[in-house]
Amino acid sequence: MTATVTEATTAAQPGMAGRKRQPSGHRRNVLGGLSGWIWLGIIILPIYYVVISSVKDQAGFFATNPLLPTMNPTFANYQLVLEAGFSRYFLNSVIVTIGTVVPSLLFAFMASYAIVRGHGRFISFSNGVFLMGLAIPLQATIVPIYLIITRLNLYDTLWALILPSAAFALPISVLILANFMRDIPSGLFESMRLDGATNWAILWQLVLPMTRPALVTVGIYNALHVWNAFLFPLILTQSEEKRVLPLSLWTFQGEFSINVPATLAAVVLSTLPLLVLYMVGRRQLVSGLTAGFSK
Amino acid sequence: MTASLQQRRASRRSAVRASARTAGPSGWFAAPALALFFVFAILPIAGVVLLSFTSWNGLGAIELTGLDSWKRVLTDPVTVNALVVTAKIMIFSFVVQFPISLLLGVFTAGMQRYRAVLAVIYFVPLLLSSAAVAIAFKALLDPNFGVGAIKGFEAFRQDWLGNSDLVLFVVVFVIAWQFVPLHTLIYQGGVKQIPRSLYEAAEIDGAGRVQQFFSVTLPQLKYTIITSSTLMVVGSLTYFDLIFVLTGGGPGYATRLLPLHMYLTGFRANDMGAASALGVILIVVGLLLAVVLQRLGGRDRAASQMEGA
Repeated sequence: MTATVTEATTAAQPGMAGRKRQPSGHRRNVLGGLSGWIWLGIIILPIYYVVISSVKDQAGFFATNPLLPTMNPTFANYQLVLEAGFSRYFLNSVIVTIGTVVPSLLFAFMASYAIVRGHGRFISFSNGVFLMGLAIPLQATIVPIYLIITRLNLYDTLWALILPSAAFALPISVLILANFMRDIPSGLFESMRLDGATNWAILWQLVLPMTRPALVTVGIYNALHVWNAFLFPLILTQSEEKRVLPLSLWTFQGEFSINVPATLAAVVLSTLPLLVLYMVGRRQLVSGLTAGFSK
Repeated sequence: MTASLQQRRASRRSAVRASARTAGPSGWFAAPALALFFVFAILPIAGVVLLSFTSWNGLGAIELTGLDSWKRVLTDPVTVNALVVTAKIMIFSFVVQFPISLLLGVFTAGMQRYRAVLAVIYFVPLLLSSAAVAIAFKALLDPNFGVGAIKGFEAFRQDWLGNSDLVLFVVVFVIAWQFVPLHTLIYQGGVKQIPRSLYEAAEIDGAGRVQQFFSVTLPQLKYTIITSSTLMVVGSLTYFDLIFVLTGGGPGYATRLLPLHMYLTGFRANDMGAASALGVILIVVGLLLAVVLQRLGGRDRAASQMEGA
């Protein structure tokens, strides 16, 4: 875990010092360069197309060259999307994301502490369960999840999205946090224990500050997944009041039908929050993206 | 029941240890996570197996019908087709993504500043939801208002998503667009951890650039390659939302891969029993793939990775 965080840091700031000391890091790579620039074009083209199309009016969209920006940009499409309930879907997404990430992070944090520092059959059983959870494609269980949610009378509520998402986030969170906690020197635990600290106090006064970077990374990783999730909202909610952003893109597509620029405006709007986050906290976000496979 | 009994036993045991020398936290610290995981993950795993022996339309009563659902699923040509489509997408997307992300990962790991800037842009697709990516490409590939509508680009004027000969390649391309950045990131991290001295030694031995790639970079990336390949292959079993929004599984059954087939069977055709059977198949396939890929990497994988980190 430490490796991922520092790794991402170096990725974000190519070391100026390293430049002179390590000439071998400065190698030219013709094949890589060529494909690098081609790939840049491939990445940018759809994004560019979506952005310029989202400010075209409907008539202009069908009449003009699809890859040229319009001379008279209009924000009517954005207004249409905002009036079509976008803010509600946005709020739902925020609630579901926070409601999922906070408890799953807390539970995974406590469980990792038990797994790393505790003993006993129950704890090793828990560890085994979470390791098994990593290997199983949990999406395969949508039918029984739907059954459980309907029997709990939670169908078409935000709880229906929060509870299974939080459960699904646990295995990877426990894995990463436990790996990170193993690096805390055991002398620190022992000296706190000699001072008479309870496990609970050790958890908050020692483990929490020491694992903060890993908690941020895991939190971002889970938040991204929940924010962009589509399958659970599709099968577990129904009404407009409970709709979240990714699902709303799909329904906008149906509602606006041939008003393609409006649908694309919705795509832009739904991506903006993450884009802003990416600009503000790129390093944390990148380390969050790679969290799933650092070890 | 058993769990709570075990819990009590475990906590008693740890209480005994507490009086001894180094007391650890009790099992109660793991209890909330385990309880949540039990209800919404373990129970559903058991449930998907049980439900595959029943008949249920999603609303009414659940009836035990033995092997009926399994017979229906296994004799349905659409299931066989879904398995073939899944295998094709798995293989094609691996063949496309692996070389590109390896190349880009090595390239962006270089020290030049512009490479770091390129890397920043490469990662933008990772922020987009699959639904957003699918909608963007659907518009971009439309024969009437997409790239194909430009004068001089007539070659692109295809019914990309409506032509069953082309659609699979389009899907693989869009998957690559969305996921190559992730694997580039993995390889970039892997390359940065290779000790410089190895390259210097290779240089002294007179190895050229290409030779260095094959004798230093590639072997050093062994575990990175296994991690990334596992994600690519097992990930193919989860490309649900992208394909659902992009093609809906069509035209016909051309892109109806296993997870999509499961969803459509259960939640559109209201045959939850058959959908559960498909879910079991999905779990078995996923576990088999994960085990095989881990075996390929050797047993010391975890240890070596930690060493490398």
